[in-house]
Amino acid sequence: MKLEASHLDFGYRGHRVGSDVSLSLVSGEVLCLLGPNGSGKTTLFKTLLGLLPSQGGQVLVDGIDVRRKKRDEVARFVSYVPQAHAAFFPFTVREVVLMGRTAHLGVFSSPSRHDREVAQAAIERMRLGHLAGSIYTRISGGERQLALIARALAQDGHIIVMDEPTANLDFGNQVRVMEHIQAVARAGMGVLLSTHDPDQAFLCADRVAMLHEGRLARLGAPDEVITSESLEQIYGVDVVVTRVPMDGGRQRAICIPVVAD
Amino acid sequence: MTSARAWGAGALASAMLAGLVLIAFSVGRFPVSAGDLLSVLWTGLTGREHGLDPTIETVVLKIRGPRVASALLIGAALAAAGAAYQNMFRNPLVSPDILGVSAGAAVGAVLGIFLSLNVIAIQSLAFGFGLGAVGLVYVISSTVRGHDPLLVLVLAGVVVGSLLGACVALMKYLADPYNQLPAITFWLLGSLASASPEDVWSTLPLMLLGLVPMWLLRWRINLLSLEDEEARALGVETGRIRFTVIAAATLMTSAAVAISGVIGWIGLVIPHFARMLVGPDFSRLLPVSVLLGAGFLLGVDTLARTVARIEIPLGVLTAFVGTPLFLWQLATARRGWQ
Repeated sequence: MKLEASHLDFGYRGHRVGSDVSLSLVSGEVLCLLGPNGSGKTTLFKTLLGLLPSQGGQVLVDGIDVRRKKRDEVARFVSYVPQAHAAFFPFTVREVVLMGRTAHLGVFSSPSRHDREVAQAAIERMRLGHLAGSIYTRISGGERQLALIARALAQDGHIIVMDEPTANLDFGNQVRVMEHIQAVARAGMGVLLSTHDPDQAFLCADRVAMLHEGRLARLGAPDEVITSESLEQIYGVDVVVTRVPMDGGRQRAICIPVVAD
Repeated sequence: MTSARAWGAGALASAMLAGLVLIAFSVGRFPVSAGDLLSVLWTGLTGREHGLDPTIETVVLKIRGPRVASALLIGAALAAAGAAYQNMFRNPLVSPDILGVSAGAAVGAVLGIFLSLNVIAIQSLAFGFGLGAVGLVYVISSTVRGHDPLLVLVLAGVVVGSLLGACVALMKYLADPYNQLPAITFWLLGSLASASPEDVWSTLPLMLLGLVPMWLLRWRINLLSLEDEEARALGVETGRIRFTVIAAATLMTSAAVAISGVIGWIGLVIPHFARMLVGPDFSRLLPVSVLLGAGFLLGVDTLARTVARIEIPLGVLTAFVGTPLFLWQLATARRGWQ
């Protein structure tokens, strides 16, 4: 199961945001997309999901051009976690998660008992059981983000695309989301996420892609891609990448920005 | 929201509706008691003699019955269309008029009155112009690309609506001030005083034609309340569902406005009450909106023909009753809206 971009140009008509991006993601893998504000991460994601038409090149969903697939076919393959947002109506968390089942329903159908069970399982998996009956618009931003991930799990595809899943989350919730991403990948799903924090890429990614000025600057293992030079190139700041010892003799790389005293 | 509570709200609304129907028959110049009403209806079903005054039968079948039935139908249609539009436009302040259906119907009806046509021609013109106005808005919005499709729809609706409003104003200005102008004014204020059995039979299929797709699409309509791209990522062909909802709502609203004239407030206020009772899930919101809308218009219409010596125009009375209700709701139930 594979989501693939081949020489993809993306953006809007008359306004190209990025070009010539080639990357692929298979089930069970975590690919982390780094890039500064305005580098086109969200636009790239929307193009990969077929929500925006590609401006050149193509997106292949399991080998087939995304433009040739119906929306529900795409949705059964790849799910999308947008940045946590305010909903417009006071749906319950359970109803929001249940919306993830839509691609599995006929146009005129409503969720069945089975769909409700799948949604409930996704809620339990995100440890949101105590919030299932709460109003989505009244829970915290971190809880909403978890509910949206639960919705993507209920969608039951092969790949999840997450747009800055840790933006606006407190430290604890950021770590929790990272843990969930790893668990989801271990369960066999592919995860494509964008983030502003290179440390998160070290924490959970199998591979890292760097988007700079609309082009794929680097793509590879975290240790190879995230270096002082590459971070300075795309963010324009001095960063030291170093390794710190962890429990059990392991080491983990972290990034420390150098700020003039 | 538990389903037990939803059923409770539905049962309560149904019971109130049945009570309102009985009250509506029992007040007015010729009061019809519940027993008489049932006898007449029983005769209609079985052909057995009821032995009542034939005047009562005429009142039930030809005058008050059609009026009650069209109040129920129109109230239900406006509330259903309003509930669907509020979901689709993600906005609590949207009414079924937003895409210009009432403005279009008004131009059609006023044109008919201006040309001194008969009632059926006036109703047909109102219905046709209502559909045409929304069709025009839809075509304009689908030719303009590169913006949020919903925003373009609303803007096109507002612009076309104001143009049609100007057409109505022009015809009022040119109309004969002794015969036509009062008729135009009366139509624009809405009334069910002249509802006939034919009105009910011609409107009923159009209402059902609108209501059935809304009910079938009830789950997808929930998802229309998400951002367009988010709903598409969840597998919804938003463009098609939106087109179907607009077509269904327009059919119902046009048919309603064609026989009643312009009646505001119901499509705006009733879905709020329904949402407060049973939450936003359209599979509960739609039936409860239908029941409450039918009940509200029947109640207001009963007041309109009984509280004063003359008929009070419905458009006036719905606003007088609807405004305090709406403000009360705005003050007390803002939670849930972001």
